[in-house]
Amino acid sequence: MLEKKNFEPKIVAFCCNWCSYAGADGAGTARKHYPANIKIIKVPCSCRVNPLFILRAFQRGADGVIMCGCHPGDCHYSTGNYYARRRMTLLLSMLDYLGVAGERFRVEWVSAAEGARFAQVMNDFAEHIAALGENVKLRDLRCKK
Amino acid sequence: MQKIGVFVCWCGSNIAGTVDVAQVVEAVRQIPDVAYAIDYKYMCSEQGQELIRKAVADYKLDRIVVCSCSPRMHEATFRKCAEGVGINPYMVEIANIREQCSWVLKDKAEATAKAIKLAKAAIAKVRFNGALKPGESQVVKRALVIGGGIAGIQTALDIAEAGYKVDIVEKEPTIGGRMAQLDKIFPTLDCSACILTPKMVDAANHENITLYTYSEVESVSGFVGNFDVTIRKKARSVKADMCSGCGICTEKCPSRKTPSEFDMGLKNRGAIYIPFAQAIPKVPVIDREACIKFKTGKCGICSKLCPAGAIDYTQTDELITEKYGAIVLATGFKTISLDKFGEYGYGASKDVITSLELERLTNAAGPTEGHLVCPSTGKEPKKVIIVSCVGSRDVSGRGKSYCSKICCMYNAKHAMYIREKYPDVDVTVFYIDVRTPGKGFDEFQRRAVEEYGVHYVRGQVGKVVVDGDGRLTVFVSDLNSGRKLMLNPDLVVLATAVQPSPDARKLATMLTASIDNDDFYVEAHPKLRPVESPTAGIFLSGMCQGPKDIPETVSQAGAAAVKVVGLLAKDKLLTNPCTAQCDTSICSGCLACTHVCPYGAITGESKPVITKLGVRETRTVAVVNNALCQGCGACTVACPCGAMDLQGFTNQQILAEVDALC
Amino acid sequence: MAVDEKQLTEDILRLAATDVRRCMQCGRCSANCPEGFKMDLLPHRVMWDLNSGHASELLEADAPWQCLSCMACEERCPRGVSPARVMEALRLLQIRQQGNNKLPAESVEHYPSDMPQQLLVAAFRKYNK
Repeated sequence: MLEKKNFEPKIVAFCCNWCSYAGADGAGTARKHYPANIKIIKVPCSCRVNPLFILRAFQRGADGVIMCGCHPGDCHYSTGNYYARRRMTLLLSMLDYLGVAGERFRVEWVSAAEGARFAQVMNDFAEHIAALGENVKLRDLRCKK
Repeated sequence: MQKIGVFVCWCGSNIAGTVDVAQVVEAVRQIPDVAYAIDYKYMCSEQGQELIRKAVADYKLDRIVVCSCSPRMHEATFRKCAEGVGINPYMVEIANIREQCSWVLKDKAEATAKAIKLAKAAIAKVRFNGALKPGESQVVKRALVIGGGIAGIQTALDIAEAGYKVDIVEKEPTIGGRMAQLDKIFPTLDCSACILTPKMVDAANHENITLYTYSEVESVSGFVGNFDVTIRKKARSVKADMCSGCGICTEKCPSRKTPSEFDMGLKNRGAIYIPFAQAIPKVPVIDREACIKFKTGKCGICSKLCPAGAIDYTQTDELITEKYGAIVLATGFKTISLDKFGEYGYGASKDVITSLELERLTNAAGPTEGHLVCPSTGKEPKKVIIVSCVGSRDVSGRGKSYCSKICCMYNAKHAMYIREKYPDVDVTVFYIDVRTPGKGFDEFQRRAVEEYGVHYVRGQVGKVVVDGDGRLTVFVSDLNSGRKLMLNPDLVVLATAVQPSPDARKLATMLTASIDNDDFYVEAHPKLRPVESPTAGIFLSGMCQGPKDIPETVSQAGAAAVKVVGLLAKDKLLTNPCTAQCDTSICSGCLACTHVCPYGAITGESKPVITKLGVRETRTVAVVNNALCQGCGACTVACPCGAMDLQGFTNQQILAEVDALC
Repeated sequence: MAVDEKQLTEDILRLAATDVRRCMQCGRCSANCPEGFKMDLLPHRVMWDLNSGHASELLEADAPWQCLSCMACEERCPRGVSPARVMEALRLLQIRQQGNNKLPAESVEHYPSDMPQQLLVAAFRKYNK
């Protein structure tokens, strides 16, 4: 067995201000724990997330990236998450085509009222990434700390 | 070189209990452009803010990072503080080390390490912050209230009294909502109609209020201060300006097969009907699905008899558009369907009724003129059982997980009403808990037991069996004595769970207002901002925000009105300056951005530009209307060359955060 | 004989696999139980004793043996708790304590072919270590 016990995956989460970031706050208010290595970047809407940000995160050594937005139909900007959904479907397609770690990237819809679910989603994702191990293929070793 | 000030908050023990704040300060002090870093117990307090002001003055800081609770709590506070000492409010960034750090972690080392990373990410972002200036937009001094029940009426009255114009849109033919259906209301046992109808009349007569009844909101666009709303006035088939409300048409209508919605199906109404006698406006409506004339072409009696000639079969829906500065949601509630609760025998026997149906039976203006009878026999019941929590407090998936709040009180009310009018009738209330927290509420419920002889038994009904003769057998538990009982009541009343109006979700999507999984509208903050939606300009009033009784509804309605008035009183609103911006030197004019903007804020215009190589030319470029742009950022990703960027969340800023976190 | 109530409760809950802390003592289980008129301890009381550290008393009761496993209690519980599973756990615990808990696989072919599957599964759970 590989020494995966001490491996704590580095995960970056992009959360939209209106739903998923509020949901993350809700998880905090309800004191629902999730791993410390998950760090959140706030964006106004999931449609602000450029696939290049995600690739940059992997390049810099993130082991997993998750994008959270409002449930389809509930976007604060009405259509933002629809565009995000389509873009990320393409990104996943592209990663699959390249044969690099499509499963290290996930999209989840979490509403502002779903604090407990946010924590559960993060815990699930962290477990999933931990099982995958360290991100080797997409990491750019030229990027020094 | 930049001079960044970093302020780490303890938030009492909320942060400091799990995060070593001193260590965070030490870590950020090492960063070259952090000119000053300190920790303090309550950064949002006056003393905390004074620390910021003093540091800005002493150390000539030009950017600020506060590591504290969520920006959704205090970003505005710290921005205001910065502005007070001459720093552009948008040169402030917040690192969320409470809700997203100290509150979700147990291990101190982990939490501190995460807090340091989050602080560094905020510092990385703030380096690229720009001194943004908000724009201004006008405020249309008119409010829209969606829903004409007690919540909507009270909110509208309060706004109108403050001197502002307000429109009420109500989908039923009359205003009044659920309260109009009630008989006497707790804890005063006032007659519901007697206190509601004067308010209805006030709303109808107030010079600042316009009623759109039998109408629905069709579409909404725009933003706070400037909403464009299309309202569909459904065709009543009656000319309201000619109708005198005499009611002859409703009496003579030959179609009598439609169950009356107002009477909860206990009585039938005509195809042309006025929901109840005190309806406002007192103008009938033709239910075209039930109308013989509309279905077969024959009849037309109402038109023949109408002394005012007000019937108009050719009337069509009318669409009107209006501008509003603020919108209030007051869409109310209904009781849940009992389809998944077959064990109670609802539908199998007419003598198993819901509490709202009981309300109609005991109402003097109801289907039995206030006589309490068993619907199947028409005779007075001798034994009544009231069942609490039908469909409430249910996490099994059949019902609603929440407590419906009003049932414990109205069960006591119903029980006392029956015992007072019919002292020989035996009434038992089966409960799980008795929840009576309001003023005078507990005393009210105890009167039922101590003065009116109502039996209160802790336990629940398992099932209601109806035999061939229609007699009811109820299997129920008595928990305090540890027994199972078999009883034979004549009438079973089910205190059914409440749920928001079925239109709530549709409206939430139209207004982009937050809604939860139970279809209640979400408030901006459950404690501090209970009447505002997170979406600016949308306010909440009444049951649509959560189960509540009439005293609470009226309170909340007033609160929503005050928030609306606070908005409408402004001459201008500062618009969000975090808008999209096009770098015309690299914009190719493909206009891909224009297709993804939900607000139509981007247009292609011919403009003189200077390219990166210094060439002057005139070409089509994308131009953003800052008043319309809401700052979602969809255009930035659609832009193939990166000319479009979002101020406050630029590509550089987000990439800097990514680099700092990984 | 000092009984370790905590351990006993844990054993019962491990077998029952239902979250008894969700029980709000509403009494719908007892109201629906067809054996409710005959049981010495109604299902709601069984849940209460388990939640309040009196599990040893449940081992003395007749109730687990009167239970028909009709599952009406589980069906009607608004909190998603299953008193029926707790009853099964109490039975299992007692049978296993008495020994005599081997059911050989070879005996299966001798059983009537129209025997309900649930009966087989339940028997295997009861009689196997």
